Amino acid sequence: MRDTFVKTLIELAKENKSIELITGDLGFGVLKPFWEQCPDQFTNAGIAEQNMTTVAAGMALTGKKVFTYSIGNFSTLRCLEQIRNDCAYHKADVKIVCIGGGFVYGSLGMSHQATEDLAVLRALPDVVVMAPADLTEAEECTKALVKYPGTAYLRLGRGGEKRIHKKIQNFEIGKAIKINDGKKVAIFSTGAIFEEIKGALEFLMKRGIEPAVYTFPTVKPIDSELVRDVAKEFELIVTCEEHNVIGGFGSAVAELMAELRDRKAILVRIGVNDVYSVRVGDQKYLRQQYGIDAKCIAERIIREL
Amino acid sequence: MSKWSSEQLAWRIRRHGIEMTHLSGGSHIGAIMSVADVIAVLYTDILNYRPREPKWEGRDRFILSKGHAGASVYAALAESGFFDIKELKTHYQNGSRLSGHVSHHLPGIDFSTGSLGHGLSAAVGIAYALKKDGRNERTFVVLGDGECDEGSVWEAALFANHFRLNNLVAIIDHNHMQSLDFQENTIEIEDFGSKWKAFGWNVIEINGNSHDELRDAFEKADVYRRDTFHKPIVIIANTIKGYGVSFMQNDILWHYRFPHDGWEYDTAVMELYLAKPEGIEDPYTPNGIENPVIAVETDDINNDHTFSYTWHTHYPERMRRVEALSGSGEKVHQI
Repeated sequence: MRDTFVKTLIELAKENKSIELITGDLGFGVLKPFWEQCPDQFTNAGIAEQNMTTVAAGMALTGKKVFTYSIGNFSTLRCLEQIRNDCAYHKADVKIVCIGGGFVYGSLGMSHQATEDLAVLRALPDVVVMAPADLTEAEECTKALVKYPGTAYLRLGRGGEKRIHKKIQNFEIGKAIKINDGKKVAIFSTGAIFEEIKGALEFLMKRGIEPAVYTFPTVKPIDSELVRDVAKEFELIVTCEEHNVIGGFGSAVAELMAELRDRKAILVRIGVNDVYSVRVGDQKYLRQQYGIDAKCIAERIIREL
Repeated sequence: MSKWSSEQLAWRIRRHGIEMTHLSGGSHIGAIMSVADVIAVLYTDILNYRPREPKWEGRDRFILSKGHAGASVYAALAESGFFDIKELKTHYQNGSRLSGHVSHHLPGIDFSTGSLGHGLSAAVGIAYALKKDGRNERTFVVLGDGECDEGSVWEAALFANHFRLNNLVAIIDHNHMQSLDFQENTIEIEDFGSKWKAFGWNVIEINGNSHDELRDAFEKADVYRRDTFHKPIVIIANTIKGYGVSFMQNDILWHYRFPHDGWEYDTAVMELYLAKPEGIEDPYTPNGIENPVIAVETDDINNDHTFSYTWHTHYPERMRRVEALSGSGEKVHQI
């Protein structure tokens, strides 16, 4: 996913000289194509995310379109106030990119796991929050964010994600994407956890359950129209995210549904159950351990039905 | 550029500062007074700007990183024609545009601040973008000395030198005091100039309440800007907190206290009135105050609150600097 992001950004940066990429000294082997092909539009700010983020705001207020790049929580939580005061409040054209949303950096430990970022960033006014599910969504998000003039957060996986969408028609910030139709149950997911949904679907189909599935590349603004429509038609909505169950994508859906007068659906939120990950292992292993892998998702849905 | 001389503008900034904090009950008059001369020289003799066209691309950029001294910049902007001087009296009021800390929702303000340690990075970003595009505009940023406790200041200092931002001038309002006490009793910042020098900056140290020294410093900064080393420039402006009103000078009380009705307001106004430069009016009390309330013994005037019984910050023993062998259980206090 990060290579797709970089490739897409290179194409866009060649056409639009105001695009700038600043890294907090990360991106070994990944950002090289960018600095080779767009040398005048690349900066390494060193290991100093607070300065990097406000420098980006200053550059944006001087006519640049700036992407800041780091991993895990370093581009977000480490410099949260800089995002709030200097980027968002000034409506600065800064896109904050995180590589490794969720458990991507599995064995590296808790410091590297971004499992509260969606909640925190979603709470800031004037910040668009995006978490693509696959390579195609990552590409579309990057293109859309270059056109969007304000502050935004782009949460990416790392590598190895599969392509689910061949092509997306009319991609728009704030619009969910339908993967398939279904009955009774609708699954909403955001970000790279989608690969687990695919596994869960196979499991559920065998049991004769046919959920509708949507991905939400945009967490904020959430596609409220779609949530409303599905809540009227379906019996169960299940949200899935590789993130704390508090404050993130599931919460965004819950906030909407709580205020609907005529909904039929009840809501189940699947995510990390308000804990830090203390176990050691890769992303797949941690997803199993914390109840957000394909099997756990499928079992939970069966239980709720 | 300006209809005022820097001395005249500095006086008007101080007079507005007293009135604004008096009316609003707002804090930070000490910082407004210490930085008034820096701001006045910038807005009369240094910065390129167009008050009728605040977003003019050719303007020099200016950021007040110590946003709590916002009233000084509001006063300078109003006096330079960015908005009506009458608006200054709305400072802190419901529905006003003049928040305690500077806000970019006001014409002439390039960047909002208030949380310390952000302004230098923002100025660095602006200077970097301007330099990348080969543009001539300069970037100026005013920091507080206490603000330099923030690590992000030094992140920005490293970046500015690395990218050779010779179009950037930082001015530090080194009034030697912060929120609760003198700087040396808070977090020592010994050899301040050497620190900046070690970070690769050109350093100019001056008396920051002297307009001649300020003008010379900016001239020197311009020479540095043109030399081949391409280093960023810092002017360490040694100032006095509360400068211009005798009982506020070097007294930590006036970091937060505002001039109250009675002797505090009357004496401040009269002291300024008697020091008013030629050719300007006092906009609030054109003839001074006829029968000013005078402080009496018990009013605590001229008492240095920093060391006074009522004000001295008795830091807990455990917080004090200790010289002892670790693990020895000894404590030898450095006084």
